Amino acid sequence: MLQGIAASFFLAAAVSASHIPSGPPRLLSETGLYAGNGTRTIDSANRPFSPQYPLWSDGAAKSRWVRLPEDATIDARLVDRWDFPAGTRFWKEFRFGDRKVETRYLRKNTDGSWTFASYAWNEAQTDAILAPDAGLPNVAEIGPGRFHSIPAITDCRACHVPSEAAPGSGASRTEILGFSALQLSTDRDPGALHAEPLADGMVTLRTLHDERTLAPARPELVTTPPRIQAPDARTRSVLGYLSTNCGSCHNQDSSIANLGLRLKAPATLPHAAPPRAVPPHLPISLFSTTSKWEIPHAPAGESRYVTPGTPDLSAILVRMKSRRPSTQMPPLGTVLHDKEAIALVTEWIESLAPGT
Amino acid sequence: MLKSRLTIPFLILTLTLFSTMLARATFEDAAKPAGTSAKSARVARGEYLVWFGGCNDCHTPWKMGPRGPEQDFSRRLSGHPADLVMPPAPALPPGPWAMTAAGTMTAWAGPWGVSFTANLTPDKETGLGDWTEEMFIATMKTGRHQGKGRALLPPMPYFNVRELSDEDIKSVFAYLQSIPAIHNKVPVPIDPEEPAQ
Repeated sequence: MLQGIAASFFLAAAVSASHIPSGPPRLLSETGLYAGNGTRTIDSANRPFSPQYPLWSDGAAKSRWVRLPEDATIDARLVDRWDFPAGTRFWKEFRFGDRKVETRYLRKNTDGSWTFASYAWNEAQTDAILAPDAGLPNVAEIGPGRFHSIPAITDCRACHVPSEAAPGSGASRTEILGFSALQLSTDRDPGALHAEPLADGMVTLRTLHDERTLAPARPELVTTPPRIQAPDARTRSVLGYLSTNCGSCHNQDSSIANLGLRLKAPATLPHAAPPRAVPPHLPISLFSTTSKWEIPHAPAGESRYVTPGTPDLSAILVRMKSRRPSTQMPPLGTVLHDKEAIALVTEWIESLAPGT
Repeated sequence: MLKSRLTIPFLILTLTLFSTMLARATFEDAAKPAGTSAKSARVARGEYLVWFGGCNDCHTPWKMGPRGPEQDFSRRLSGHPADLVMPPAPALPPGPWAMTAAGTMTAWAGPWGVSFTANLTPDKETGLGDWTEEMFIATMKTGRHQGKGRALLPPMPYFNVRELSDEDIKSVFAYLQSIPAIHNKVPVPIDPEEPAQ
């Protein structure tokens, strides 16, 4: 509660300066998600999908849909950087218990930009209303004194936009974090944390290939589906988790790339290179670089991102285990510990041989 | 004779004028430190904005001088002094009083915990020396550290700074990168207690 007060206390001026965006519709029912006529039936043109490495959102149940313009294709010349056609829409519904709380909406515009919007569900669960640009704090209690908040548009962009374009240089590149070659691979990680079942009818790489939605066709994504290179199953799952929950900001294209922490896994095709103890996309510096953020009470110079064999001296894990606003990682989008992830990453670090 | 009668008044006048000029220069030097010689237009613009915006009010520690509180420009824009270890913030009774501040104006306590004003000098280890222009703009525009991290804490009025044009924010950054680097590791914020889960 104090965090909610703190968050809103000094943001009063900022909130007063925000405005209801004129771009997206006022109601979720007006975005095209539903079949219409007041029904909550999903329009058949909106295809469900499920990323293999979902983002931790405090245990929220989620449903996702994509709608591509008819006969349009996704520019897949770069396997890890898809370019979607204008008119593409994504929705992501968040539920806690049996109640819908929020639905997020992304729409690709003709000028190359994306419209970001979040919708807050009403008590009657009949529709959701567009949230202000500044977001809405504490919309649902998800634990004793802990609340889910609808993020500000700037918070959405913090993860979805690696680096903001300079004014006048065109639209910033936006990433759809749950809809990518790795996330839709049919070689799904059985150990992926919080994995959501892949149901019939969900879009996968095979779907996109069979329906000729990718241009160029990229049949290799079906014959040898992408997977994270790792020496063992646990490392694979850990790297997948870190890729989704950390890699959206900590990657080579990000505005904070010079921090040197790169955790976003590429859609590396299997057998592209022999497995090694340290997957190639991870800099060796992960295990030897001292974190600028110092672990409390750690000896000077001993706060590495990951200290093999020593979880308590691994800054990544220490920050994952915190939900203090100035310490926690990720810094937004979660207020509850991800206990499963903490346990898995702890085991992983303990298993790493010193000197890795 | 006339010459000798005028000499003393002339000397008095000269000395008075010289003293006045010296005092004014001293005052201005105290208000605005030396080092404002020729510089690029962007840096000059940034310097103007930083002074107008009052960044020194919180990012340059205050001290008690002979004429009362004054800013310690030997620590210009270097944030909360690392050698000033703050005791626990006083607890306030219920009511309208909502925050407390150190006399240096560099440590602030309220419902958000305790915040310490950042080192804005270009020191690579402890200041903005390894920041990019993009990081700085993103910080001001989003209210998040480097545009992606933790939220900036009160009393940082980023929502005022974000109203500046990108060009003006770049000018502020250029000026901050031009001032002397001061090695000063500002403490990390102190959050309210770890939430029980």
